[in-house]
Amino acid sequence: MGQSFWRNVKMKTMKKTDICTIENSKIILNEQIIFETKTENFSDFAKEAYKNFELNYPKFHKMDNLSKLAFLASEMILKNDDHSKTALVFANKSSSLDTDFKYQESINSEENYFPSPAVFVYTLPNICVGEISIKHKMQTENAFFVLDKFDEEFLNSYAAQILQSGKAEKVLCGWVELYQESYKAFVYLLTT
Amino acid sequence: MNKEIYITDYNCVTPLGFDVESNWTALLEGKSGVALHKIIDDHDAFFVSKIDSEKLDEEFNKHFDNKNFTRLEKMFLLSLKALVERHHISDETAFILSTTKGNISLLKNETTLPEGIYLSKLAQKLADFFGFKTKPIVVSNACVSGVMAISVAKNMIQAGQYKDAFVIAGDEISEFVISGFNSFQAIGSEPCKPYDKTRNGINLGEATAAAYITSELNQNEKFRFKVLGDSAINDANHISGPSRTGDGLFASVQNAMKEAKVSAKQIDFISAHGTATLYNDEMEAIAFNRMDLQNVPLNSMKGYYGHCLGASGLLESIISMESALKNTLLPSKNFKEMGVSQDLNIIKENQSAKIKYILKTASGFGGCNGAIVLEKC
Repeated sequence: MGQSFWRNVKMKTMKKTDICTIENSKIILNEQIIFETKTENFSDFAKEAYKNFELNYPKFHKMDNLSKLAFLASEMILKNDDHSKTALVFANKSSSLDTDFKYQESINSEENYFPSPAVFVYTLPNICVGEISIKHKMQTENAFFVLDKFDEEFLNSYAAQILQSGKAEKVLCGWVELYQESYKAFVYLLTT
Repeated sequence: MNKEIYITDYNCVTPLGFDVESNWTALLEGKSGVALHKIIDDHDAFFVSKIDSEKLDEEFNKHFDNKNFTRLEKMFLLSLKALVERHHISDETAFILSTTKGNISLLKNETTLPEGIYLSKLAQKLADFFGFKTKPIVVSNACVSGVMAISVAKNMIQAGQYKDAFVIAGDEISEFVISGFNSFQAIGSEPCKPYDKTRNGINLGEATAAAYITSELNQNEKFRFKVLGDSAINDANHISGPSRTGDGLFASVQNAMKEAKVSAKQIDFISAHGTATLYNDEMEAIAFNRMDLQNVPLNSMKGYYGHCLGASGLLESIISMESALKNTLLPSKNFKEMGVSQDLNIIKENQSAKIKYILKTASGFGGCNGAIVLEKC
């Protein structure tokens, strides 16, 4: 009974107001392509997108690729609005494995043993949520889940519980998957 | 009206024992899992709380025939087995796993990703072994994960998605994590001393913990703790440094207590995070004072177990509940002289006490914080 009951509640109480997708070197906001480049490499694509939208946030360049992906998608939706009551519920499949792999390479051999704190800090998937929180001063509910595939119903039900409890007024939900050159972000804003 | 959510059973696997009873006995005697261990070749030994691998294998082989498991998976299976034997798994039973790094040790010297490195694969392997029917949920919110796993169980049951949940939490000592914390200069040069004047950093630890959480009581429970409130608020300040103002922890505690409808005066005991880094412990002292909780008896379990990352929040919640059942507060091990700028009522020796309302907190990288309020029923 749980799931069909839930769907009814969700339909009545929440709406999705903005959706941003990033994949194949394209940024799509509410079904409109708002940025596109021929650059296939993710790092270069992210840099070009950053310039295009004049984000003017130097911390961006220190982020790992997962954080850049989550950050870019969130920027398109959050803009400069007030988000002091917007919670963040994110998920992906590969956790922080992209950076984990790079960090592991830095400690694999005794000759080239250079563990870097600046890399190590990104070996947690929730850091990208922290980056978004810092940019928008969102002292709000945060959660990061690792799932084998995108499960919108799960994210929405967790978000709905946050909204229902009064702990937030909106929830930015996101699937932010990245490993090496394979990436996809699907981020959306839910309100009551 | 939200359903009431109860924790009615739990178990843990740590260097102090492979069940709650042996852990409790060791804790009462003031034993600690922390000792010097060689973790990285060509590097001095570190103080860590590590499970003896031979003892782990011996215990595992007593209960399981299948050998095709990593060391961490064996720890998970051992902590979960007792609960699965006592509680029925239905198609409305959730399986929630909290971890930060899972099988990260598998990555060493690999050129491609081994399958077991994916957290969802790890969770599915454990779920399949015991015959869970729903898709596993992995919570990976740095050092707050273990506390949040309880919140996630509560919230998903209240959302009507599940009737009950098995929550497990675990992380193991690895070269990956030790080298990383060492690069941050966050590791203490001696057994850690949370809140003490001479504290100089963390000891890492390893453990697994498991809890059974349900909305449906059957009157056979040995005990019941109601999960009254929860919250996990970000500092929005820095990705690797605790907030100077304690904003995120303060707001998490405030939200959790508000949802629980419990005031600062009613809280009987705080199981705090207390990592023994200079900045974390100071941040906690500020946040607890802002909530007017400075007189509530408080401890950190890190002196006994080290910092077990994704396991710590659940493990420490379990020990808190055991404290409440045994009417005994445990001292914050290795604490001698106040080393934070604000008052805290840090427990110095075993003492008897009536404990009804417990506040459990945690804080971690990414600016995350977590708080839950539990009530002994």
